[in-house]
Amino acid sequence: MTDTIKTGRVTRRKLLQSSAALAGLAGTKAVTGFPAVHAAEPVTLRYLGTAVNQSTDIAKKVKDDLGITIEYVPVTTDVVTKRIITQPDSFDLVDVEYFSLPSLVPSGNLVGMDAKKIKLADNITTVLSKGIIDSKKIGNQGTAPFKVFYLDGKHSKTFAKTPTEWLTLIPTTYNADSLGIRPDIIGRPIEHWSELLNPQFKGKAALINVPSIGIMDAAMAIESTGQIKYGDKGNQTKAEIDKTIEILTKAKKDGQFRAFWTDFNESVNLMASGEVIIQSMWSPAVTAVRSKGIKCWCTGFALPRTLASKKQDAAYEFINWFLSGWAGAYLSRQGYYPAVLSTTKSVLAPYEWAYWYEGKPATQDIHAPNGTLIEKTGAVRDGGSYETRMSRIACWNSVMDENEYLITKWNQFIAA
Amino acid sequence: MESVHRRVRLDFELPEGGASVAGSTGLPLRQTIDKAKAPPSPRTPYWQAAPMALVFFVFFVLPLAAALVVSFWRYNEYSIIPAFTLHNYFALFDQCISGLPKLCTTFSTYLSTLKFCLTVWALTLVIGFTIAYFLAFHVRTLTMQLVLALVCIIPFWTSDVIRMISWIPLLGRNGLVNKALLGLGLVNQPVEWLLYSNFAVTIAFVHLLTAFMIVPILNSMMRIDKSLIEAARDGGAKGWQVLVHVVVPLSKTGIAIGSIFVVTMVMGDFVTIGVMGGQQIASVGKEINVETGFLQFPIAAANAVILLGAVLAIIYGLTRFIDIRKEL
Repeated sequence: MTDTIKTGRVTRRKLLQSSAALAGLAGTKAVTGFPAVHAAEPVTLRYLGTAVNQSTDIAKKVKDDLGITIEYVPVTTDVVTKRIITQPDSFDLVDVEYFSLPSLVPSGNLVGMDAKKIKLADNITTVLSKGIIDSKKIGNQGTAPFKVFYLDGKHSKTFAKTPTEWLTLIPTTYNADSLGIRPDIIGRPIEHWSELLNPQFKGKAALINVPSIGIMDAAMAIESTGQIKYGDKGNQTKAEIDKTIEILTKAKKDGQFRAFWTDFNESVNLMASGEVIIQSMWSPAVTAVRSKGIKCWCTGFALPRTLASKKQDAAYEFINWFLSGWAGAYLSRQGYYPAVLSTTKSVLAPYEWAYWYEGKPATQDIHAPNGTLIEKTGAVRDGGSYETRMSRIACWNSVMDENEYLITKWNQFIAA
Repeated sequence: MESVHRRVRLDFELPEGGASVAGSTGLPLRQTIDKAKAPPSPRTPYWQAAPMALVFFVFFVLPLAAALVVSFWRYNEYSIIPAFTLHNYFALFDQCISGLPKLCTTFSTYLSTLKFCLTVWALTLVIGFTIAYFLAFHVRTLTMQLVLALVCIIPFWTSDVIRMISWIPLLGRNGLVNKALLGLGLVNQPVEWLLYSNFAVTIAFVHLLTAFMIVPILNSMMRIDKSLIEAARDGGAKGWQVLVHVVVPLSKTGIAIGSIFVVTMVMGDFVTIGVMGGQQIASVGKEINVETGFLQFPIAAANAVILLGAVLAIIYGLTRFIDIRKEL
């Protein structure tokens, strides 16, 4: 098999640390929701997204630097999409996945992002804008960001084929889904996606219960076992979906899965409680991928059509701030990648840059943003340098052409 | 109930017709009382019912009508299209008849939900009835009855999500029950079926819903004239005969109302089944949830209409046995 992966070490400590960050989130909401009486005309931005990169520290820093209050609205992946379609006035700024765009853009509820107002628009990594790293092309299966990067105009309902000054989203973070494991219980290296379906982990594996993502994680595992060779895992044919669901259903009936999950917190809890010891996960719980054939996701900022102009200015100000380095460095220390690398590099300490981006051994201990020790001196990031990791992307999260069929089949799988 | 009502109204009227009001308005006492007793206009009941009717109309009838209409619409990835189609219903029952005896998704989902419904209903009925019986006939003082009834609903002071999640550290692989079993040497390996299983879902439902049985049954039992039971005893009835021939028939209303609560909540649930079943057990609610999540509102609406039909059919069945309106 060509697709080998080494998983990140999901220790109980790291898990607890991320749950603590999430718990802290609830606290912030209460605080930021409080009216700032002393400010002349305080602006509050309601920031809709999944809990993944809604960090308390970022909100605090924005408040200090710009005086803008960020009010997080953490929901699950599919609720983000649903909110954009049904209640576009219930948020001021949304952090949404690129793969949802084909179903969102035709609704006209999001407006194109004006590249002229984004200072660093030209510095956004070519991995996302062009699908190129080191002048080499990267995998384009699924809804790759570079396929849906531009719009014809501000209110356009179709994607532009050539670069324009209207961007669909301003990327926030991207990373690869990978297998998360409990190394303390498994006790051996896990290097293939196929391990997800390995009977050794019967009753101890988990899968995400969001059909569009779950089917792709499953496809990664199934392809790795050699049972199916997919044309495009991100846009499967009916026959491929049938076969995938058949294999999954058999695994489910054999008791392979302990539980399914829909939001990030649940996946962390399942691992922390020891109910599950292997599952596909999102960073920051997982930081490692070492192989060809990794599956990537990317989210970015968009603004709703209904946004008032005063809030719109604040939103652009916030997005510019987001790209200016501090947030990028913060997210890098959790294992994510930011849209603009140069500013991130200027904020990260040289030893941190060397560890997170250049694949070099850590010359000092590596710490998470909250001060927790991640790796000791001498450790090398799994998966290697930024270039190596990005060049291994095989596919991206997507909405398939056969989406409706997929959902029917997925419901069948859950009911089986 | 009637006597309580009357007493309440009396208490309420007294200060109004009392000296202080009369004194302040300067009207003679006699006149004020006459005014209060003037026969109500025939339209009054309609006005009185109007606010509730309006709330019902706006928040119940309209959304329901919308769901019904939308269930016949077409849709694509990002919008719903007002063009009549039966496609959504056909899609729901795809291969349901032709695929027999293999059950289609819809049938197997309903079958699994109905199984939960029946088990949970039976368990909550037995437990709820027993507790209500104890409170109504074995606890002597009204104060104690109130205190104990309150104790029964204390769990409801927290949200049901918290009540559900608290089962996880108890029933989990490394949970208290498994630790105890291992510690006692009763099992060698943690018992897996305690959590994320039908068992877990059932226990959580019973925990969440028993109070909905206790309260209406207790309410019915409290209204049973104690002299009827004495009369039955005097007539030579044994304990169980009193129960079967006097207490149960007179508690029928409470049982029916409690049953409706339990049945509707189990049928529409997807949170409990999701959390306790590890999302591995299908429920109609979860299906609808997934469909709306992917913006397939018409098919979700069709699913909701079918669910509503199923629940109404069950309730209709219940009311065939007990005329709730007559008994109230």
